[in-house]
Amino acid sequence: MPLDTVGSVEAGLDALDTPVVEAKVSLPRRIVGRVLPPIVAIALFVVVWQILWAAAFWPEFKLPAPVDVGAQIWELVTTGEILSLFWVSVHRAVIGFAISLLIAVPLGLAIANITVVRRGIGPLVSGLQSLPSVAWVPAAILWFGLNDRAIYWVVLLGAVPSIANGLVSGLDQVPPILPRVGKALGAGRWGGIRYILLPAALPGFLGGLKQGWAFSWRSLMAAELIATSPDLGEGLGQYLHNGMSLSDISMVFAGIMLIFAVGVGIELLVFRPLENTVLRARGLTRAS
Amino acid sequence: MTATIEARQAVTAATQPVRFHQVGKAFGQGRRAVVALDQVDLEVAVGEFVCLVGASGCGKTTLLNLVAGLDQPTAGGIEINSSRPAVVFQEAALMPWLTAAGNIELPLRMAGVPKSVRRTKAAELLELVRLGGLGDKRPHELSGGMRQRVALARALASTTDHTGSGAGKPSLLLMDEPFSALDAITRDVLQGELLRIWQATGTAILFVTHDVREAVRLGQRVVLLSSRPGRVVRQWDVNGLTGPAEIAAVDEVNAALRQVISSHAA
Repeated sequence: MPLDTVGSVEAGLDALDTPVVEAKVSLPRRIVGRVLPPIVAIALFVVVWQILWAAAFWPEFKLPAPVDVGAQIWELVTTGEILSLFWVSVHRAVIGFAISLLIAVPLGLAIANITVVRRGIGPLVSGLQSLPSVAWVPAAILWFGLNDRAIYWVVLLGAVPSIANGLVSGLDQVPPILPRVGKALGAGRWGGIRYILLPAALPGFLGGLKQGWAFSWRSLMAAELIATSPDLGEGLGQYLHNGMSLSDISMVFAGIMLIFAVGVGIELLVFRPLENTVLRARGLTRAS
Repeated sequence: MTATIEARQAVTAATQPVRFHQVGKAFGQGRRAVVALDQVDLEVAVGEFVCLVGASGCGKTTLLNLVAGLDQPTAGGIEINSSRPAVVFQEAALMPWLTAAGNIELPLRMAGVPKSVRRTKAAELLELVRLGGLGDKRPHELSGGMRQRVALARALASTTDHTGSGAGKPSLLLMDEPFSALDAITRDVLQGELLRIWQATGTAILFVTHDVREAVRLGQRVVLLSSRPGRVVRQWDVNGLTGPAEIAAVDEVNAALRQVISSHAA
Protein backbone atom coordinates (compact mmCIF):
# COMPACT_ATOMS: atom_id res chain seq x y z
CA MET A 1 0.00 0.00 0.00
CA PRO A 2 1.49 3.39 -0.94
CA LEU A 3 2.18 5.55 2.09
CA ASP A 4 -0.05 8.47 1.01
CA THR A 5 -3.23 6.39 1.04
CA VAL A 6 -2.42 5.07 4.51
CA GLY A 7 -3.75 8.27 6.06
CA SER A 8 -7.23 7.97 4.62
CA VAL A 9 -7.53 4.26 5.37
CA GLU A 10 -6.39 5.00 8.89
CA ALA A 11 -8.91 7.81 9.31
CA GLY A 12 -11.64 5.42 8.10
CA LEU A 13 -10.54 2.74 10.54
CA ASP A 14 -10.48 5.27 13.37
CA ALA A 15 -14.02 6.33 12.54
CA LEU A 16 -15.26 2.73 12.34
CA ASP A 17 -13.41 1.32 15.33
CA THR A 18 -14.01 4.11 17.82
CA PRO A 19 -16.30 2.83 20.57
CA VAL A 20 -19.82 4.18 20.22
CA VAL A 21 -20.92 6.41 23.08
CA GLU A 22 -24.41 5.73 24.31
CA ALA A 23 -26.94 8.49 23.82
CA LYS A 24 -27.64 10.27 27.07
CA VAL A 25 -31.07 10.12 28.64
CA SER A 26 -32.62 13.56 29.16
CA LEU A 27 -32.11 15.20 32.57
CA PRO A 28 -35.75 15.21 33.82
CA ARG A 29 -36.06 11.57 32.86
CA ARG A 30 -32.88 10.66 34.70
CA ILE A 31 -34.04 12.50 37.81
CA VAL A 32 -37.40 10.75 37.73
CA GLY A 33 -35.69 7.39 37.15
CA ARG A 34 -33.29 7.85 40.06
CA VAL A 35 -35.33 9.74 42.63
CA LEU A 36 -38.71 8.12 42.25
CA PRO A 37 -37.85 4.55 43.32
CA PRO A 38 -36.37 5.48 46.74
CA ILE A 39 -39.25 7.90 47.43
CA VAL A 40 -41.79 5.20 46.65
CA ALA A 41 -39.88 2.79 48.91
CA ILE A 42 -39.87 5.29 51.80
CA ALA A 43 -43.57 6.04 51.31
CA LEU A 44 -44.34 2.31 51.39
CA PHE A 45 -42.31 1.92 54.57
CA VAL A 46 -44.25 4.74 56.28
CA VAL A 47 -47.58 3.26 55.14
CA VAL A 48 -46.71 -0.16 56.60
CA TRP A 49 -45.56 1.50 59.81
CA GLN A 50 -48.79 3.51 60.04
CA ILE A 51 -50.85 0.33 59.52
CA LEU A 52 -48.90 -1.56 62.20
CA TRP A 53 -49.33 1.34 64.58
CA ALA A 54 -53.05 1.65 63.83
CA ALA A 55 -53.49 -2.07 64.39
CA ALA A 56 -52.00 -1.53 67.85
CA PHE A 57 -50.00 -4.78 67.92
CA TRP A 58 -47.59 -3.15 70.31
CA PRO A 59 -48.24 -0.58 73.01
CA GLU A 60 -47.66 3.05 72.14
CA PHE A 61 -44.47 3.27 74.20
CA LYS A 62 -42.87 0.63 72.01
CA LEU A 63 -44.03 1.68 68.56
CA PRO A 64 -44.74 5.39 68.18
CA ALA A 65 -47.03 6.88 65.57
CA PRO A 66 -45.24 8.14 62.44
CA VAL A 67 -46.92 11.50 63.07
CA ASP A 68 -45.42 11.73 66.57
CA VAL A 69 -41.92 11.03 65.27
CA GLY A 70 -42.50 13.56 62.50
CA ALA A 71 -43.60 16.13 65.08
CA GLN A 72 -40.54 15.36 67.18
CA ILE A 73 -38.23 16.04 64.20
CA TRP A 74 -40.27 19.08 63.18
CA GLU A 75 -39.84 20.53 66.64
CA LEU A 76 -36.06 20.11 66.37
CA VAL A 77 -36.18 21.89 63.04
CA THR A 78 -38.34 24.83 64.17
CA THR A 79 -36.36 25.43 67.34
CA GLY A 80 -33.13 25.22 65.31
CA GLU A 81 -31.86 22.59 67.71
CA ILE A 82 -31.32 20.22 64.81
CA LEU A 83 -28.50 22.43 63.53
CA SER A 84 -26.55 22.20 66.76
CA LEU A 85 -27.15 18.42 66.94
CA PHE A 86 -25.87 17.98 63.40
CA TRP A 87 -22.99 20.36 63.96
CA VAL A 88 -21.73 18.64 67.10
CA SER A 89 -21.82 15.17 65.55
CA VAL A 90 -20.88 15.90 61.96
CA HIS A 91 -17.93 18.13 62.76
CA ARG A 92 -16.58 15.46 65.10
CA ALA A 93 -17.01 12.82 62.43
CA VAL A 94 -15.36 14.99 59.79
CA ILE A 95 -12.39 15.86 62.02
CA GLY A 96 -12.05 12.24 63.07
CA PHE A 97 -12.22 11.14 59.46
CA ALA A 98 -9.61 13.69 58.42
CA ILE A 99 -7.18 12.59 61.13
CA SER A 100 -7.82 8.96 60.16
CA LEU A 101 -6.95 9.83 56.58
CA LEU A 102 -3.65 11.40 57.64
CA ILE A 103 -2.72 8.27 59.57
CA ALA A 104 -4.17 5.66 57.22
CA VAL A 105 -2.58 6.82 53.94
CA PRO A 106 1.07 6.49 55.03
CA LEU A 107 0.16 3.30 56.86
CA GLY A 108 -1.51 1.82 53.76
CA LEU A 109 1.42 2.87 51.55
CA ALA A 110 3.87 1.25 53.94
CA ILE A 111 1.89 -1.99 54.12
CA ALA A 112 1.48 -2.19 50.36
CA ASN A 113 5.08 -1.37 49.45
CA ILE A 114 7.24 -2.84 52.20
CA THR A 115 7.14 -6.60 52.52
CA VAL A 116 8.22 -6.73 56.16
CA VAL A 117 5.58 -4.22 57.18
CA ARG A 118 2.93 -6.11 55.24
CA ARG A 119 3.79 -9.40 56.93
CA GLY A 120 4.15 -7.77 60.33
CA ILE A 121 1.21 -5.44 60.72
CA GLY A 122 -0.91 -6.22 57.66
CA PRO A 123 -2.90 -8.96 59.42
CA LEU A 124 -3.15 -6.76 62.52
CA VAL A 125 -4.75 -3.95 60.57
CA SER A 126 -7.16 -6.33 58.83
CA GLY A 127 -8.00 -7.83 62.21
CA LEU A 128 -8.67 -4.43 63.74
CA GLN A 129 -11.20 -3.86 60.99
CA SER A 130 -13.33 -6.68 62.31
CA LEU A 131 -12.98 -5.58 65.94
CA PRO A 132 -15.97 -3.33 66.68
CA SER A 133 -14.49 0.01 67.66
CA VAL A 134 -17.11 0.37 70.44
CA ALA A 135 -14.98 -2.13 72.29
CA TRP A 136 -12.46 0.69 72.74
CA VAL A 137 -14.92 3.01 74.50
CA PRO A 138 -14.25 1.79 78.05
CA ALA A 139 -10.49 1.94 77.55
CA ALA A 140 -10.72 5.36 75.95
CA ILE A 141 -12.76 6.73 78.84
CA LEU A 142 -10.28 5.34 81.38
CA TRP A 143 -7.33 6.76 79.45
CA PHE A 144 -8.62 10.14 78.41
CA GLY A 145 -11.66 10.71 80.61
CA LEU A 146 -15.04 11.79 79.29
CA ASN A 147 -13.93 14.22 76.63
CA ASP A 148 -13.46 14.70 72.89
CA ARG A 149 -10.14 12.90 72.87
CA ALA A 150 -11.81 9.68 74.02
CA ILE A 151 -14.36 10.02 71.24
CA TYR A 152 -11.74 10.71 68.57
CA TRP A 153 -9.74 7.72 69.74
CA VAL A 154 -12.72 5.46 69.12
CA VAL A 155 -13.43 7.03 65.75
CA LEU A 156 -9.80 6.62 64.67
CA LEU A 157 -9.73 2.96 65.56
CA GLY A 158 -12.87 2.50 63.51
CA ALA A 159 -11.82 4.40 60.42
CA VAL A 160 -8.05 3.97 60.09
CA PRO A 161 -8.03 0.20 59.42
CA SER A 162 -10.68 0.36 56.71
CA ILE A 163 -9.09 3.32 54.93
CA ALA A 164 -5.65 1.70 55.09
CA ASN A 165 -7.04 -1.63 53.89
CA GLY A 166 -8.88 0.07 51.04
CA LEU A 167 -5.64 1.71 49.94
CA VAL A 168 -3.73 -1.58 50.18
CA SER A 169 -6.28 -3.48 48.11
CA GLY A 170 -6.44 -0.61 45.63
CA LEU A 171 -2.66 -0.76 45.24
CA ASP A 172 -2.66 -4.55 44.99
CA GLN A 173 -5.13 -4.41 42.13
CA VAL A 174 -3.05 -2.08 39.97
CA PRO A 175 -2.21 -4.00 36.76
CA PRO A 176 1.56 -4.79 36.93
CA ILE A 177 2.05 -3.44 33.40
CA LEU A 178 1.38 0.14 34.56
CA PRO A 179 4.34 0.49 36.97
CA ARG A 180 6.53 -1.19 34.33
CA VAL A 181 5.42 1.33 31.75
CA GLY A 182 6.05 4.07 34.30
CA LYS A 183 9.58 2.83 34.83
CA ALA A 184 10.17 2.66 31.09
CA LEU A 185 8.94 6.26 30.83
CA GLY A 186 11.51 7.32 33.38
CA ALA A 187 9.63 7.28 36.67
CA GLY A 188 11.84 7.07 39.74
CA ARG A 189 10.66 5.59 43.01
CA TRP A 190 8.66 8.62 44.10
CA GLY A 191 7.59 9.57 40.60
CA GLY A 192 6.24 6.06 40.18
CA ILE A 193 4.21 6.30 43.37
CA ARG A 194 2.96 9.82 42.73
CA TYR A 195 2.18 9.62 39.01
CA ILE A 196 1.38 5.93 38.50
CA LEU A 197 0.57 3.93 41.63
CA LEU A 198 -1.59 6.39 43.53
CA PRO A 199 -3.82 7.44 40.64
CA ALA A 200 -4.09 3.82 39.50
CA ALA A 201 -5.19 2.77 43.00
CA LEU A 202 -7.73 5.57 43.30
CA PRO A 203 -10.92 3.55 42.63
CA GLY A 204 -10.03 0.99 45.33
CA PHE A 205 -8.94 3.78 47.64
CA LEU A 206 -12.27 5.57 47.19
CA GLY A 207 -14.03 2.35 48.17
CA GLY A 208 -11.90 2.33 51.31
CA LEU A 209 -12.72 5.98 52.01
CA LYS A 210 -16.41 5.29 51.73
CA GLN A 211 -16.16 2.41 54.12
CA GLY A 212 -13.90 4.46 56.37
CA TRP A 213 -16.53 7.18 56.54
CA ALA A 214 -19.22 4.63 57.41
CA PHE A 215 -16.99 3.22 60.15
CA SER A 216 -16.11 6.60 61.57
CA TRP A 217 -19.77 7.66 61.66
CA ARG A 218 -20.77 4.37 63.25
CA SER A 219 -18.00 4.52 65.86
CA LEU A 220 -18.82 8.12 66.64
CA MET A 221 -22.47 7.31 67.32
CA ALA A 222 -21.49 4.39 69.54
CA ALA A 223 -19.05 6.60 71.43
CA GLU A 224 -21.58 9.41 71.83
CA LEU A 225 -24.22 6.96 73.04
CA ILE A 226 -22.01 5.50 75.72
CA ALA A 227 -19.86 8.44 76.70
CA THR A 228 -22.42 11.03 77.63
CA SER A 229 -21.46 14.03 79.70
CA PRO A 230 -22.60 17.66 79.81
CA ASP A 231 -19.04 18.73 78.89
CA LEU A 232 -19.24 16.91 75.58
CA GLY A 233 -22.07 18.95 74.10
CA GLU A 234 -25.17 17.31 72.69
CA GLY A 235 -24.72 15.38 69.47
CA LEU A 236 -27.06 12.91 67.81
CA GLY A 237 -25.79 10.05 69.96
CA GLN A 238 -26.52 11.98 73.16
CA TYR A 239 -29.92 12.95 71.80
CA LEU A 240 -30.69 9.29 71.27
CA HIS A 241 -29.41 8.50 74.75
CA ASN A 242 -31.61 11.21 76.23
CA GLY A 243 -34.62 9.72 74.46
CA MET A 244 -33.88 6.41 76.15
CA SER A 245 -33.47 8.06 79.56
CA LEU A 246 -36.78 9.85 79.14
CA SER A 247 -38.47 6.64 77.90
CA ASP A 248 -39.63 8.69 74.93
CA ILE A 249 -39.87 6.22 72.06
CA SER A 250 -40.76 8.85 69.47
CA MET A 251 -37.59 10.76 70.40
CA VAL A 252 -35.58 7.52 70.06
CA PHE A 253 -37.07 6.91 66.62
CA ALA A 254 -36.36 10.49 65.59
CA GLY A 255 -32.74 10.06 66.73
CA ILE A 256 -32.30 6.87 64.72
CA MET A 257 -33.75 8.51 61.63
CA LEU A 258 -31.51 11.56 61.93
CA ILE A 259 -28.40 9.39 62.35
CA PHE A 260 -29.44 7.37 59.34
CA ALA A 261 -30.13 10.52 57.32
CA VAL A 262 -26.67 11.95 58.01
CA GLY A 263 -24.90 8.68 57.14
CA VAL A 264 -26.81 8.23 53.90
CA GLY A 265 -26.74 11.94 53.07
CA ILE A 266 -22.96 12.22 53.25
CA GLU A 267 -22.56 9.09 51.19
CA LEU A 268 -24.96 10.40 48.53
CA LEU A 269 -23.70 13.98 48.50
CA VAL A 270 -19.96 13.38 48.81
CA PHE A 271 -18.81 9.87 48.09
CA ARG A 272 -21.22 8.73 45.38
CA PRO A 273 -20.57 11.71 43.05
CA LEU A 274 -16.82 11.43 43.68
CA GLU A 275 -16.82 7.74 42.87
CA ASN A 276 -19.01 8.19 39.80
CA THR A 277 -16.75 10.92 38.43
CA VAL A 278 -13.64 8.81 38.90
CA LEU A 279 -15.18 5.68 37.41
CA ARG A 280 -16.75 7.47 34.47
CA ALA A 281 -13.47 9.18 33.58
CA ARG A 282 -11.90 5.73 33.29
CA GLY A 283 -14.73 4.24 31.31
CA LEU A 284 -15.78 2.08 34.25
CA THR A 285 -19.38 3.21 34.33
CA ARG A 286 -21.80 1.11 36.25
CA ALA A 287 -25.56 1.03 36.40
CA SER A 288 -26.69 3.34 39.17
CA MET B 1 8.22 19.98 13.48
CA THR B 2 10.78 20.28 16.25
CA ALA B 3 10.64 16.59 17.11
CA THR B 4 12.04 15.85 13.67
CA ILE B 5 14.76 18.44 13.82
CA GLU B 6 15.94 17.45 17.28
CA ALA B 7 16.13 13.79 16.34
CA ARG B 8 18.07 14.60 13.15
CA GLN B 9 20.56 16.66 15.09
CA ALA B 10 21.03 13.77 17.45
CA VAL B 11 21.98 11.54 14.55
CA THR B 12 25.13 13.56 13.91
CA ALA B 13 26.67 12.28 17.15
CA ALA B 14 27.48 9.06 15.38
CA THR B 15 27.74 6.45 18.08
CA GLN B 16 25.77 3.26 18.12
CA PRO B 17 22.69 3.68 20.31
CA VAL B 18 23.02 0.18 21.73
CA ARG B 19 25.69 -2.53 21.78
CA PHE B 20 25.54 -5.95 23.40
CA HIS B 21 28.79 -7.58 24.55
CA GLN B 22 28.33 -11.30 25.15
CA VAL B 23 25.18 -10.66 27.08
CA GLY B 24 23.69 -13.49 29.10
CA LYS B 25 20.60 -13.58 31.24
CA ALA B 26 19.51 -16.43 33.48
CA PHE B 27 16.45 -16.60 35.67
CA GLY B 28 16.70 -18.51 38.93
CA GLN B 29 19.86 -20.00 40.38
CA GLY B 30 21.89 -23.20 40.36
CA ARG B 31 20.75 -26.23 38.38
CA ARG B 32 17.20 -25.06 38.01
CA ALA B 33 18.23 -21.79 36.39
CA VAL B 34 16.64 -21.06 33.04
CA VAL B 35 19.04 -19.43 30.60
CA ALA B 36 17.06 -16.94 28.55
CA LEU B 37 19.94 -15.31 26.70
CA ASP B 38 23.43 -16.63 26.08
CA GLN B 39 26.42 -14.80 24.59
CA VAL B 40 24.37 -12.38 22.59
CA ASP B 41 26.34 -9.90 20.49
CA LEU B 42 24.20 -7.35 18.78
CA GLU B 43 24.43 -3.73 17.83
CA VAL B 44 22.02 -1.22 16.39
CA ALA B 45 23.38 1.61 14.26
CA VAL B 46 22.13 5.17 14.40
CA GLY B 47 18.72 5.40 12.77
CA GLU B 48 18.73 1.71 11.94
CA PHE B 49 15.56 -0.41 11.97
CA VAL B 50 16.38 -3.88 13.35
CA CYS B 51 13.79 -6.62 13.74
CA LEU B 52 14.30 -9.50 16.16
CA VAL B 53 12.43 -12.69 15.29
CA GLY B 54 12.30 -16.01 17.03
CA ALA B 55 9.92 -18.61 18.39
CA SER B 56 8.42 -18.19 21.81
CA GLY B 57 10.90 -18.62 24.63
CA CYS B 58 13.79 -17.15 22.68
CA GLY B 59 14.20 -14.30 25.09
CA LYS B 60 13.13 -11.54 22.69
CA THR B 61 11.21 -9.74 25.37
CA THR B 62 13.98 -10.34 27.93
CA LEU B 63 16.44 -8.77 25.55
CA LEU B 64 14.24 -5.72 25.14
CA ASN B 65 13.76 -5.42 28.89
CA LEU B 66 17.53 -5.41 29.34
CA VAL B 67 17.92 -2.53 26.91
CA ALA B 68 15.03 -0.67 28.53
CA GLY B 69 16.69 -1.02 31.92
CA LEU B 70 13.72 -2.93 33.33
CA ASP B 71 16.01 -5.88 34.03
CA GLN B 72 19.75 -6.46 34.54
CA PRO B 73 21.93 -8.92 32.57
CA THR B 74 23.63 -11.73 34.50
CA ALA B 75 26.64 -11.84 32.16
CA GLY B 76 28.30 -9.52 29.70
CA GLY B 77 27.43 -5.87 29.29
CA ILE B 78 25.13 -3.58 27.39
CA GLU B 79 26.45 -0.26 26.23
CA ILE B 80 23.75 2.31 25.68
CA ASN B 81 24.62 5.54 23.95
CA SER B 82 21.21 7.02 23.55
CA SER B 83 18.83 9.12 25.50
CA ARG B 84 16.47 6.97 27.56
CA PRO B 85 15.18 4.22 25.23
CA ALA B 86 11.48 4.60 24.49
CA VAL B 87 9.43 1.44 24.93
CA VAL B 88 6.18 0.39 23.29
CA PHE B 89 4.67 -2.76 24.75
CA GLN B 90 2.28 -5.26 23.24
CA GLU B 91 -0.58 -3.65 25.14
CA ALA B 92 -0.96 0.09 24.80
CA ALA B 93 -1.12 0.23 28.63
CA LEU B 94 -2.31 3.83 28.66
CA MET B 95 -3.08 5.31 32.06
CA PRO B 96 -6.88 5.12 32.15
CA TRP B 97 -7.20 8.25 34.31
CA LEU B 98 -5.38 10.46 31.83
CA THR B 99 -6.52 11.77 28.46
CA ALA B 100 -4.57 10.87 25.32
CA ALA B 101 -2.63 14.14 25.60
CA GLY B 102 -2.17 13.58 29.34
CA ASN B 103 -0.63 10.19 28.65
CA ILE B 104 1.81 11.68 26.16
CA GLU B 105 2.68 14.44 28.62
CA LEU B 106 3.29 11.97 31.45
CA PRO B 107 6.99 11.22 30.76
CA LEU B 108 7.61 14.94 30.30
CA ARG B 109 5.81 15.70 33.55
CA MET B 110 7.95 13.18 35.39
CA ALA B 111 11.03 14.78 33.85
CA GLY B 112 9.93 18.17 35.15
CA VAL B 113 9.26 19.79 31.77
CA PRO B 114 7.18 22.99 32.16
CA LYS B 115 3.52 22.84 31.28
CA SER B 116 3.49 25.04 28.18
CA VAL B 117 6.35 23.07 26.62
CA ARG B 118 4.57 19.80 27.45
CA ARG B 119 1.39 21.00 25.77
CA THR B 120 3.16 21.93 22.56
CA LYS B 121 5.14 18.71 22.51
CA ALA B 122 2.04 16.55 23.07
CA ALA B 123 0.15 18.36 20.32
CA GLU B 124 3.07 17.82 17.92
CA LEU B 125 3.32 14.13 18.74
CA LEU B 126 -0.44 13.69 18.37
CA GLU B 127 -0.15 15.20 14.89
CA LEU B 128 2.75 12.85 14.17
CA VAL B 129 0.62 9.78 14.89
CA ARG B 130 -2.34 11.37 13.06
CA LEU B 131 -4.46 11.88 16.13
CA GLY B 132 -4.45 15.68 16.02
CA GLY B 133 -7.42 17.16 17.90
CA LEU B 134 -8.15 13.94 19.78
CA GLY B 135 -5.95 14.83 22.75
CA ASP B 136 -8.92 15.22 25.07
CA LYS B 137 -10.19 11.69 24.50
CA ARG B 138 -9.86 9.12 27.25
CA PRO B 139 -8.26 5.74 26.45
CA HIS B 140 -11.60 3.94 26.66
CA GLU B 141 -12.99 6.24 23.98
CA LEU B 142 -10.32 5.20 21.48
CA SER B 143 -10.00 2.10 19.29
CA GLY B 144 -7.19 -0.41 19.80
CA GLY B 145 -5.16 0.99 16.91
CA MET B 146 -5.58 4.56 18.14
CA ARG B 147 -4.50 3.55 21.65
CA GLN B 148 -1.38 1.91 20.31
CA ARG B 149 -0.58 5.11 18.39
CA VAL B 150 -0.99 7.14 21.59
CA ALA B 151 1.37 4.67 23.28
CA LEU B 152 3.86 5.21 20.46
CA ALA B 153 3.58 8.99 20.81
CA ARG B 154 4.05 8.66 24.58
CA ALA B 155 7.15 6.53 24.09
CA LEU B 156 8.55 9.11 21.65
CA ALA B 157 7.85 11.82 24.22
CA SER B 158 9.93 9.92 26.76
CA THR B 159 12.93 9.78 24.45
CA THR B 160 12.89 13.18 22.83
CA ASP B 161 13.43 14.93 26.12
CA HIS B 162 16.81 16.48 25.43
CA THR B 163 17.13 18.43 28.61
CA GLY B 164 18.49 15.53 30.66
CA SER B 165 21.59 13.38 30.50
CA GLY B 166 20.59 11.99 27.12
CA ALA B 167 20.84 15.35 25.38
CA GLY B 168 22.44 15.19 21.96
CA LYS B 169 22.63 11.41 21.88
CA PRO B 170 20.89 9.32 19.25
CA SER B 171 17.47 8.10 20.20
CA LEU B 172 16.30 4.53 20.34
CA LEU B 173 12.80 3.08 20.17
CA LEU B 174 12.12 -0.40 21.54
CA MET B 175 8.97 -2.17 20.43
CA ASP B 176 7.76 -5.45 21.88
CA GLU B 177 5.28 -7.04 19.46
CA PRO B 178 3.38 -3.76 19.39
CA PHE B 179 0.89 -4.75 16.70
CA SER B 180 0.27 -8.40 17.49
CA ALA B 181 -2.93 -7.75 19.45
CA LEU B 182 -4.49 -5.78 16.60
CA ASP B 183 -6.65 -6.96 13.71
CA ALA B 184 -5.00 -7.56 10.35
CA ILE B 185 -5.99 -4.37 8.57
CA THR B 186 -5.16 -2.12 11.52
CA ARG B 187 -1.81 -3.87 11.84
CA ASP B 188 -1.11 -3.30 8.16
CA VAL B 189 -1.94 0.40 8.42
CA LEU B 190 0.11 0.86 11.58
CA GLN B 191 3.13 -0.83 9.99
CA GLY B 192 2.95 1.81 7.28
CA GLU B 193 2.62 4.51 9.91
CA LEU B 194 5.60 3.22 11.83
CA LEU B 195 7.77 3.37 8.70
CA ARG B 196 6.64 6.93 8.09
CA ILE B 197 7.38 7.95 11.69
CA TRP B 198 10.73 6.20 11.59
CA GLN B 199 11.67 8.18 8.49
CA ALA B 200 10.34 11.39 9.98
CA THR B 201 12.15 11.10 13.31
CA GLY B 202 15.33 9.27 12.28
CA THR B 203 15.23 7.22 15.48
CA ALA B 204 16.81 3.78 15.66
CA ILE B 205 14.26 1.01 16.24
CA LEU B 206 14.69 -2.39 17.81
CA PHE B 207 11.49 -4.22 16.97
CA VAL B 208 10.57 -7.62 18.42
CA THR B 209 8.06 -9.78 16.60
CA HIS B 210 7.21 -13.40 15.92
CA ASP B 211 5.83 -12.48 12.52
CA VAL B 212 8.54 -12.98 9.87
CA ARG B 213 6.56 -11.17 7.18
CA GLU B 214 6.26 -8.12 9.44
CA ALA B 215 9.98 -8.24 10.26
CA VAL B 216 11.01 -8.34 6.60
CA ARG B 217 8.58 -5.62 5.61
CA LEU B 218 9.63 -3.21 8.35
CA GLY B 219 13.26 -3.91 9.11
CA GLN B 220 16.52 -3.07 7.40
CA ARG B 221 18.06 -6.02 9.14
CA VAL B 222 16.37 -9.13 10.54
CA VAL B 223 18.01 -10.99 13.42
CA LEU B 224 16.95 -14.55 14.21
CA LEU B 225 17.28 -15.73 17.80
CA SER B 226 17.32 -19.37 18.82
CA SER B 227 15.23 -20.56 21.74
CA ARG B 228 16.36 -21.65 25.22
CA PRO B 229 18.95 -20.32 25.38
CA GLY B 230 18.46 -17.37 23.08
CA ARG B 231 21.44 -16.87 20.81
CA VAL B 232 21.83 -14.93 17.60
CA VAL B 233 21.52 -17.60 14.89
CA ARG B 234 21.63 -15.59 11.69
CA GLN B 235 21.09 -12.13 10.34
CA TRP B 236 19.70 -10.97 7.01
CA ASP B 237 20.03 -7.63 5.32
CA VAL B 238 16.52 -6.97 4.04
CA ASN B 239 16.82 -3.24 3.42
CA GLY B 240 14.52 -1.98 0.66
CA LEU B 241 13.47 -5.40 -0.61
CA THR B 242 10.24 -5.41 -2.62
CA GLY B 243 8.22 -7.82 -4.71
CA PRO B 244 9.72 -11.26 -5.38
CA ALA B 245 12.92 -10.45 -3.49
CA GLU B 246 10.89 -9.63 -0.37
CA ILE B 247 8.89 -12.86 -0.69
CA ALA B 248 12.09 -14.86 -1.13
CA ALA B 249 13.58 -13.26 1.97
CA VAL B 250 10.44 -14.07 3.98
CA ASP B 251 10.66 -17.70 2.83
CA GLU B 252 14.32 -17.91 3.75
CA VAL B 253 13.88 -16.48 7.23
CA ASN B 254 10.83 -18.67 7.76
CA ALA B 255 12.78 -21.78 6.77
CA ALA B 256 15.55 -20.90 9.22
CA LEU B 257 13.01 -20.21 11.97
CA ARG B 258 11.38 -23.60 11.36
CA GLN B 259 14.73 -25.29 11.57
CA VAL B 260 15.34 -23.63 14.95
CA ILE B 261 11.95 -24.71 16.20
CA SER B 262 12.20 -28.32 14.98
CA SER B 263 15.58 -28.69 16.68
CA HIS B 264 13.59 -28.56 19.94
CA ALA B 265 11.46 -31.57 19.07
CA ALA B 266 12.81 -34.42 21.15
